Amino acid sequence: MHGVLRLKAKLDGEVIKELEPVIGYLHRNAEKLCEMGFYCDNLIYFDRMDYVGAMNMEVGYLEAAEKILGVPPPERAKWIRVIMAELSRLAAHLVWAGAYGLDLGMLTPFFYCFGEREKILTIFTEACGSRQETNYMSIGGVYQDFNEKIIEEIKDFLKTFPKRMEIIYNIYVKNDVFLSRTKGIGVLSRDLAIAYGVTGPMLRASGVEYDVRKAEPYLVYDKVNFDIPISHKGDNLARFLVRFEEMRQSLKIIKQALDKLPEGPYFNPKAKKSMMIRMRGDGEYYARTESSKGEFGVYIVGDGGVKPYRVRVRSPTFKNLSILPVLSKDVMLADMIAISGSIDLVFGEIDR
Amino acid sequence: MKTGETGVLTTTLENALTWGRSNSLWPLTLGLACCAIEMMAIQASTLDISRFGSEIFRNSPRQSDLMIVSGTVTKKMAPRIRRVYDEMPYPKYVIAMGVCVIQGGPYARGYSVVLGVDRVVPVDVYVPGCPPTPEALTYGIITLQKKIRGETDR
Repeated sequence: MHGVLRLKAKLDGEVIKELEPVIGYLHRNAEKLCEMGFYCDNLIYFDRMDYVGAMNMEVGYLEAAEKILGVPPPERAKWIRVIMAELSRLAAHLVWAGAYGLDLGMLTPFFYCFGEREKILTIFTEACGSRQETNYMSIGGVYQDFNEKIIEEIKDFLKTFPKRMEIIYNIYVKNDVFLSRTKGIGVLSRDLAIAYGVTGPMLRASGVEYDVRKAEPYLVYDKVNFDIPISHKGDNLARFLVRFEEMRQSLKIIKQALDKLPEGPYFNPKAKKSMMIRMRGDGEYYARTESSKGEFGVYIVGDGGVKPYRVRVRSPTFKNLSILPVLSKDVMLADMIAISGSIDLVFGEIDR
Repeated sequence: MKTGETGVLTTTLENALTWGRSNSLWPLTLGLACCAIEMMAIQASTLDISRFGSEIFRNSPRQSDLMIVSGTVTKKMAPRIRRVYDEMPYPKYVIAMGVCVIQGGPYARGYSVVLGVDRVVPVDVYVPGCPPTPEALTYGIITLQKKIRGETDR
């Protein structure tokens, strides 16, 4: 869990009878600010929504914005975006795994997770000069082409990471305290998950095989082979296992994308830097993508001007948070912490 | 401090106190937004902040003496930050991390963001960047240590 969340709880001893989350402590009016900026400028607000997996947010915004402006990215840019989005997903899951350990009182895996995340951020720094809020993709392609050094670094990372990931995985699943705090706690049934609009790893941990990358492929996700990990248990441990399996699948996608990376231009010539602020968008478009938290939707309305008329975001974590009061009814206070940690909340995205 | 020939250290009491104070800054985990992830990164393995005496991030304001305000301060959050600051015991220091905290940053044109945390609490060191790299924050902490000891860079 990350951000500022206030929880009002009615307790009977240590058992929670009623829970009410209070949000809005990080409301930065990103949607309103998007109406004031050019299409190319608004990317920075999306970077800062889900700030642990910024590349996924960029993909989400550009899917919608490029359709409205009519500048599709070339083939090479699509593959580069897939690689970066999956690396970003790995980074996001690593931050989650480390922070979940902290929530449950384990300090050791935090150091392992952040050490691995640092290597991903080195790749991002090489590609665009920034670590976390990357702003790497731009309308009609990417900001800078992959050079030999970046590809070499990603290959090195792919070699070392699986082994390190197994170490992290074993720290968790071979720990009795971790198992007793996650196994059978916070069970989310399949029907409840669908009724509340829960998406992402939480939904898949409840036994629904739904992933936007498969259901409605964007970029080039229909050209790579990967599986959707699901679990039927629906408890905290299932969510943990699904996220780790997702990381293994992400590695698989990156490996294939590196092999298939085509030659060619990395940005659409219609979207030159001098043309950026003159591009006019008309019509409306809704794009949905699979971020590391769930289904991330962006709805843009253009009125023919150089700035969007309205930008609306469907935040996956906001929907996932709505399940917390239901799950934490009649559970112990300490278990509520374990449940809220397993939801993977990021408040930049919930409050926007 | 001066080293005597007999191996005895002579110093004033104040110097000894500020030296100890500057090398055991206990930060408060006041992570508000994006910058907080980089604040976590200085604690982790690559840039180990415990080399500078700040390894223990405290969750309670009563046990800490350094508040790193990391992330955008909104109008809803500002009174809470002031309250947390008031709960900290003296001597206390504040580092403003990131442009959002310094003057609003990319959200300065919005309606819900406080234009700088220095309107709420007094700030000792400003660390610019969006977000600042962990190295920059480490430099900010070192600068604060120098400030506490009364040294200057110039």
